[in-house]
Amino acid sequence: MRPRYTLWISARNDSGSGWFLGGLALIVVVMSLLNLVVPASSPLHVSSYGLTLTGKYLCYALLAMAVDLIWGYCGILSLGHAAFFSLGGYAMGMYLMREIGTRGVYGDPVLPDFMVFLNWKSLPWFWHGFNHFGFALLMVALVPGSLALAFGWLAFRSRVTGVYLSIITQALTYAMMLAFFRNDMGFGGNNGFTDFKDIIGFNLGSDRVHLVLLVITAIMLGVSYVACRAIVASRAGRVIRAIRDAESRTRFLGYRVESFKLWIFVFSAVLAGIAGALYVPQIGIINPSEFSPINSIEIVIWVAVGGRGTLYGAAAGAVLVNYAKTYFTSAFPEVWSYALGALFVLVTLFLPRGIVGLLSGRAKRRGNTEQLQIQTDKLE
Amino acid sequence: MSGKTLYLEKVTVSFDGFKALNELTLQIEPGELRCIIGPNGAGKTTMMDVITGKTRPDSGKVRFGPGLNLLSLSEPEIAQAGIGRKFQKPTVFEQLTVFENLELALAGDKSFLKTLFARTTVAQHRRINEVLDVIGLIEQQETSGQALSHGQKQWLEIGMLLMQDPELLLVDEPVAGMTPQEVERTARLLQSLEGEHSVVVVEHDMDFVRSIAKRVTVLHEGRVLAEGDMNQVQSNPRVIDVYLGG
Repeated sequence: MRPRYTLWISARNDSGSGWFLGGLALIVVVMSLLNLVVPASSPLHVSSYGLTLTGKYLCYALLAMAVDLIWGYCGILSLGHAAFFSLGGYAMGMYLMREIGTRGVYGDPVLPDFMVFLNWKSLPWFWHGFNHFGFALLMVALVPGSLALAFGWLAFRSRVTGVYLSIITQALTYAMMLAFFRNDMGFGGNNGFTDFKDIIGFNLGSDRVHLVLLVITAIMLGVSYVACRAIVASRAGRVIRAIRDAESRTRFLGYRVESFKLWIFVFSAVLAGIAGALYVPQIGIINPSEFSPINSIEIVIWVAVGGRGTLYGAAAGAVLVNYAKTYFTSAFPEVWSYALGALFVLVTLFLPRGIVGLLSGRAKRRGNTEQLQIQTDKLE
Repeated sequence: MSGKTLYLEKVTVSFDGFKALNELTLQIEPGELRCIIGPNGAGKTTMMDVITGKTRPDSGKVRFGPGLNLLSLSEPEIAQAGIGRKFQKPTVFEQLTVFENLELALAGDKSFLKTLFARTTVAQHRRINEVLDVIGLIEQQETSGQALSHGQKQWLEIGMLLMQDPELLLVDEPVAGMTPQEVERTARLLQSLEGEHSVVVVEHDMDFVRSIAKRVTVLHEGRVLAEGDMNQVQSNPRVIDVYLGG
């Protein structure tokens, strides 16, 4: 009889997961050591900048994983995930702004600087509660999740699929960007939020705090990975892949396709929101350009480059592409957008399963020869 | 034999003025194996679309058993009510194994949260193995859907319908593109279902229909042209007219 599905069994057969979680732990340990133990005079010392950069890459990795879950496994190409990321970032930013308190330029104990500048007399209603960290954390998940729920409910129920869905997700993030650019929205207009001082009392200027934020980001990435793996390894995960490959067949089997899509879409949006919330305190700024349509397209490129439908591939793709971006934009700033475009074309043409596909293809060929060996042994 | 009767009463469907179904009236008894034949455009596929909720008719009634009005149900609700459909083109889940394909087709609660925490029970395993046996794919249970031959995909899809324990199976052109051996096996498979399930087979292949059918309905221009056993139908002058060119 065939073994029953359990997470344990699927994790044991899945070397990619081991590599991914191990690599993540390694990054954290190495970065900590290079920052804490190696003296600042050494060329190997990792500065606060290095920690922040790594933290940023890991936030992008989480964002890419969220997109891979919805695109790679459920076949929904969302070109609007930057919107969920930014909303999570804004929710965290609102807390950080309230946390500034009287240390702002205008020294108002309640109103953030930009509101004083705009001559506002009181805090808008939706800013209440953001002085509590716990409330802000709740909103980090709740706001992107609710937007995804409302948007997904309307889109999936009307059976909007394929390229049409991609286009309206682009429109969604574009509309959000225009709205957040307006000063009277109450989110700081085109300047967004910046000049953060501290987070639950810890100084955001200190190296130690950056290191802790990096560690928290890595832990969140690891936990999210395990959660996503558990979902895709469950029967629900197989239903999601069935929807991707033959949607109407799945419907005729009696599954409510819309409801599966909605659950996954909302979960993915919440992950993107968490990524945004981890990103903002490390980078120190959030503004409406984060909503720009091109950002959402870039995420899809990270996923495609890394390897769609593997989760860890998406995360690796995000780190690799952004590492390349950091290098190129400082060394040859004018060629970056061409390089990114060329990368996407090349990967689509020659590596349909991304970098991970290339690596596992090799491993599989090795595995096949081993299997053949075993079969011939049996024959003898 | 318990089971429900399917009634279609004066069902009309028109697309841009063209009447794909024209006051079609049809009745399928519980446990019956019925073949439906007819030239292209006779309304065979549209009829299946109406029964499974994919197409809503302009007028008419569709009932399953005494109480159930299929026109007020959605596609998944109709599937849950015990009507399974096999498409003309075999559609199995290519990236999943044969076993997983059948597992997803298991009858039961199909909500997201239930499937998220679902474990395949021993009884469900047994049921999957039974169906694997019926469709003759025991050996291929770990093969992915995309690696199956055309005929095997068709049987797998019939197996997926059986997993749902449907009272009525709608099977659209099951032997198109099959080798003679595959056709023979499919005939045996469908006949083995008769009695336990009502089966409606839409097919062009006359030899195949003759080999399995007790009762045949001929559709033409969206309505029933003739009904009876194969010999009666084949000697019906109106049928000869339509098929042999009048």
